[in-house]
Amino acid sequence: MSAARTVRPRGQRPRGQRSRGQRSRTASAALHTALVAASAVSVFPVLFIVYVSLRGRDGWQEPTRWTGLDVSNYTHILGETKFLTWFGNSVIVALGATVLGVLIAATAGYAVSRMRFPGHRPLMWTFLVVQMFPMAVLIVPLYNILGELELLDSYAGLIVTYCSVSVPFCAWMLKGYFDTIPAEIDEAGRVDGLSPFGTFWRLVVPLARPGLAVTGFYSFITAWGEVAFASQFMSSEEHYTLAVGLQTFVGQQKAEWGLMTAAAVLITVPAAAVFFLAQRHLVAGLTAGGTKG
Amino acid sequence: MATVVTTVRRSFSTHWYAWAMVLPVVIVLAVLVGYPLGKGIYLSFTDANEANVARTIGVNHIEATYKSVGLDNYWKVLSGQEGHFYSRLGWTVVWTASCVFLHYTIGLGLALLLNRPMRFRALYRVLLILPWAVPAFVATFSWRLMFNEKYGVLNALLTKLGVGSVDWLGDATLQKVSAVAVNVWLGVPFMMVAILGGLQSIPRELHEAAEMDGATPWQRFVHVTLPGLRSVSGTVILLGVIWTFNMFQVIYLLIGQGAGSESEILVTYAYRLAFQGIRDYAGSATYGILILSLLLVFAVFYRRMLSRQEAVR
Repeated sequence: MSAARTVRPRGQRPRGQRSRGQRSRTASAALHTALVAASAVSVFPVLFIVYVSLRGRDGWQEPTRWTGLDVSNYTHILGETKFLTWFGNSVIVALGATVLGVLIAATAGYAVSRMRFPGHRPLMWTFLVVQMFPMAVLIVPLYNILGELELLDSYAGLIVTYCSVSVPFCAWMLKGYFDTIPAEIDEAGRVDGLSPFGTFWRLVVPLARPGLAVTGFYSFITAWGEVAFASQFMSSEEHYTLAVGLQTFVGQQKAEWGLMTAAAVLITVPAAAVFFLAQRHLVAGLTAGGTKG
Repeated sequence: MATVVTTVRRSFSTHWYAWAMVLPVVIVLAVLVGYPLGKGIYLSFTDANEANVARTIGVNHIEATYKSVGLDNYWKVLSGQEGHFYSRLGWTVVWTASCVFLHYTIGLGLALLLNRPMRFRALYRVLLILPWAVPAFVATFSWRLMFNEKYGVLNALLTKLGVGSVDWLGDATLQKVSAVAVNVWLGVPFMMVAILGGLQSIPRELHEAAEMDGATPWQRFVHVTLPGLRSVSGTVILLGVIWTFNMFQVIYLLIGQGAGSESEILVTYAYRLAFQGIRDYAGSATYGILILSLLLVFAVFYRRMLSRQEAVR
């Protein structure tokens, strides 16, 4: 880009005729200014929380004065609160929901992508419609049902609940992903004598590994950050997930913002790591599923 | 009759594996979405609350004693007797519209900026996506700290500038502005990345051809870029509306559980009905069904509108 600019001086092209990828110095400066400003807005809250978390228990009260850094917030939440228990609970629930959700979403997505069967269109519609369900309409009946099954305040109850949230979206996305795998591969498998399930399991699943990984990440992050169900279903402190536990730091009476920020950083790190591994594929899968629906 | 049986049998033998593969999903959706939905609809026709549903206290099992009240709940809500439905609906619509509008326009703007070769492109992209990587509840708590009236960093900066501090989360109007700001911060990256994907799928030749024909950058944007983005935009705006309309965490965690808050949207209000004070299961279910119906109507009209646009072209 810059090489091209030096070879052909600016003044020779009439305005508006400059081919894309080449721009004047002013335009370039404006572009970078805009992007730097936008990046600052998007990064500032995150950096600020990291900064506050490193300032000790009461450091948050004077955000603009420099007082040096210490890690007492981290040692406190790791040593003297139930943070690690909650962390473990969140991991169990999120992983459980991910594995279960991706498994059943994959088979359904494959069937919808490859086979034209009665019930095909209604099912695609269901996947879309279920995403519209406000948790408000489901939460009370689910609460009662889980209560009757004695699954309240248990991992299994929450895992199954999260599956119902993530499965429709995952199936939709996976359908889009399977659509991009050529059907000739299936046909070759069938010709060689594989059953429909064999084709799916031995040929398509290995090829769809990136897509499966992305839906897995999506389920994981959804479960990791869910608040409403977890707040009501997990009633004993031993079973809190992070989203519930974090609320106890900043309750109605006390406000331990120092601890809260340290916990926030520790919660964000795994989620962000998982996210950045997946994000490039996430949108491709999403829009593929959406436009071809 | 016999033909029907043969049709069914033939249909079964050709499609059984497809059905077998969707069966797990159908079961999960039926048990966890279908059945609760049915039960929710049923509850919305009753006067169920904490005091009269079936429950077990110790070893004693108490039978449910709630009874059907017909359409009473809906009548109370829709006729305005119950009080706040229309004001909350109005705010929810404003909330959804402003959030999605800002998500989309900012996302589109940033995507256009990013969709060209330049230095640091990958770095900008990562930085701009960052808010998406932060779990919503963590981000909301962080913003709550920054908005804090006495100790928040925003007020500290404003004081330094000589403006004086502002009660971001206490004042009724500012509360809403703050909530929109947080949600916009959270939601822009998704739109940006989705639109960026859309931009990259527009063939270069179209832009080049338009350029050859002497189209100005603005004309190219309106006649090449926007039409090229139509299918992506259709999907992300629909999803955005659904997600924002049901956005629970930001409102609930930012503005808090303070009773009678003006800034509650329908979803958080329904949640509060069900789980605070005397638990009003029937009222909450009624609100839930109303929210769902609104979204369904919107989705149907929206898709119809899109396909009509498609047909006109």
